[in-house]
Amino acid sequence: MENKLIVSSSPHIKSPESIKSVMSDVLVALFPAVLAAVIFFGIPALITILVCTLSAMLTEAIILRNKNIFGDGSAAVTGLILALTLPPSPPWWLCVIGSVVAITIGKHVFGGIGNNIFNPALVGRGILLISWAGHMTSWLTPVELTATATPLAGSAHPGFFNLFVGAVPGSLGETSALALLLGAAWLFYKGHISWHIPCTFLAAVFVMGSLLDGGFSLATGLFHLLAGGVMLGAFFMATDMVTSPVTPRGQLIFGLGCGVMTMLVRLYGAYPEGVTFAILLMNALVPLIDNLTLPRKYGEVAK
Amino acid sequence: MSLKTFKGGVHPGYHKGATEQKPIAPATPPAVAIIPLSQHIGAPCEPLVAVGDEVKMGQKIGDSKGFVSAPVHASVSGKVVKIAQCNSALGRPVDAVFIENDYQDAWHESVQPNPDWEKMTPDELKKIIREAGIVGMGGATFPTHVKLSPPADQKIDYVLVNGAECEPYLTADHRAMLERPEDIVCGLKLAMKIVAAPRGFIAIEDNKPDAIETMKKAVAGEENIEVAALHTKYPQGAEKQLIKVLTGREVPSGGLPAAVGCLVQNAGTCIAIADAVRKGLPLIERIVTVTGSGIKEPRNLLVRVGTPVAEVVEQCGGFTANLRKVIIGGPMMGLAQPGVDNLPVTKGTSGVLCLTDKEVTIDEIRPCIRCGKCVEVCPVSIMPLFIGSSVEQGLYDKAEHYNAMDCIECGCCSYICPAKRPLTQWIRMAKGEIAAKKAAK
Repeated sequence: MENKLIVSSSPHIKSPESIKSVMSDVLVALFPAVLAAVIFFGIPALITILVCTLSAMLTEAIILRNKNIFGDGSAAVTGLILALTLPPSPPWWLCVIGSVVAITIGKHVFGGIGNNIFNPALVGRGILLISWAGHMTSWLTPVELTATATPLAGSAHPGFFNLFVGAVPGSLGETSALALLLGAAWLFYKGHISWHIPCTFLAAVFVMGSLLDGGFSLATGLFHLLAGGVMLGAFFMATDMVTSPVTPRGQLIFGLGCGVMTMLVRLYGAYPEGVTFAILLMNALVPLIDNLTLPRKYGEVAK
Repeated sequence: MSLKTFKGGVHPGYHKGATEQKPIAPATPPAVAIIPLSQHIGAPCEPLVAVGDEVKMGQKIGDSKGFVSAPVHASVSGKVVKIAQCNSALGRPVDAVFIENDYQDAWHESVQPNPDWEKMTPDELKKIIREAGIVGMGGATFPTHVKLSPPADQKIDYVLVNGAECEPYLTADHRAMLERPEDIVCGLKLAMKIVAAPRGFIAIEDNKPDAIETMKKAVAGEENIEVAALHTKYPQGAEKQLIKVLTGREVPSGGLPAAVGCLVQNAGTCIAIADAVRKGLPLIERIVTVTGSGIKEPRNLLVRVGTPVAEVVEQCGGFTANLRKVIIGGPMMGLAQPGVDNLPVTKGTSGVLCLTDKEVTIDEIRPCIRCGKCVEVCPVSIMPLFIGSSVEQGLYDKAEHYNAMDCIECGCCSYICPAKRPLTQWIRMAKGEIAAKKAAK
């Protein structure tokens, strides 16, 4: 009994999971998408990913005066997701500005991790898109890397196989549905995301795409699922823990809203793609959704 | 048969292997028994003996006129050497009778078997149970005769024996079911008779297949008693969750199980009832699991109430050098102790859990990342994350809005939180503040 005993409130055992382990799992889950990006878009893609991720980590370390640059891993996740939403070969300074904006304006002005209202990576991307529209829409064909437009902006239909594996023009990490599904499966397995947000998001996109884009066609619905950023958004951005509802019912509403807003922008808006704005808009509604969807407690007596 | 379960819950490591195969061994009686006068929820007892009195084993030495109370008895024969304060697991000192053991184990003349126990009326049985000082032995220590006296307008349909033992590490109930199955069934039948319940359940988690087997054999031929295997998940043995799982009924918020026709008894309590009614034995000993990596020889011991915890630890080889935490009870709901000096085993001591540097971590509390895992695991569907942040800001009304008062303090939210936020502790704080505010009105 020489040691001082620790007296604390129960429970006395804790699950091994920490913020750092959750963030590390997300990084692992994004690895297939990174790999796909490098396969299809080459070394420039790798440079974009590294610059974004490192500058996000550095920005956070400076803000927090944290000597450990990885910290809890959340900045690396933000930087990496931002990179995956960028075109294949943006100028390096665009990557740096995007990351700095994401971490400062997207996250730390709200009080840091857990307190931000909007998905930080999408705040970064949104500001880049508005400020440097030219750079943000200079798409390249996969492998040959010649200038082109994205399938959503009216280039020829690349075929569903190419859309699924990701051999199409688009943002670095959004093109390969296959890679994103592999990563999402890992997050499901680890219990970090549930089906509620991705399924309702995808269902809304599929249904509206099938019905409203030039008459009834399931193929068009499928095209809307696979083209553009829906897969990346539904599995990795709308599911961001901090900026999505905490109740399962709330998550259903949130996912549905994201899907509907995405399709409204795609079909009737000025931009060919609407995932960024759809998620940012729904982020703003999260506190309201949470309050409207409080679960029925055990033994609740009808009033 | 599909396994029964409830909404929410967690799967912590169970760590029952160290003791689940070890038979219950009688502990050495204490040199000086420390019998606290308050070992239950309700009015504390007044001492019935004075310093210098000779007492016999089983003699009532403290009682109270309050209905919600339970008398206490001498667990050894000998001489009352002092009446003074001792430590309690709750951290508050309590009055206690200190009895120097004469090692005669001479029974008091009030301890007499009841040969015609089968003919007794419910009121007679309740009186025996009260006089035997029986309380809920799962840890809550609510007086059993009070629990067996539901309001007259509430008909009890089911008596449930809680053999889930969902707390990790503890194996006291498990061993009791293996070694004293007939007594458990007898206690259950007595409880059913007292409240006129037509049906009984014995609920056991499926990580104890041997106990399920043994209890099934013990109830063979009892048409109205069923042994139910439950999915192994914490807190499967929480009263309200158990009721929902077995009967589909939900105890109304703020209400008691009797409101939905249910009554839950711990397996150990059933044994105490059977012993009191048939043999006339008061509750003076209980099964205690002494375990954890901080103890040299983990054991299940049958310990006299009033035995100093330090002596119990000694009989298990003592603490290891890297001991960091001593817990009375299990790791999810037990109470951490600053030390074991002057701390006796009481009627509610289900375990002495000793943890080391390896298990005891002091984590930095990080901001909530709204992952929602606490909402997912909460068995009563409240919002731990919002209650936690409300308490951080001192907003107790808001904490109440998020249903803090319905918390059963199972600890699942704190267990699962990746930001290591002490959610259960904050909710407890909120409950205290809200109750104090209501009392002030």
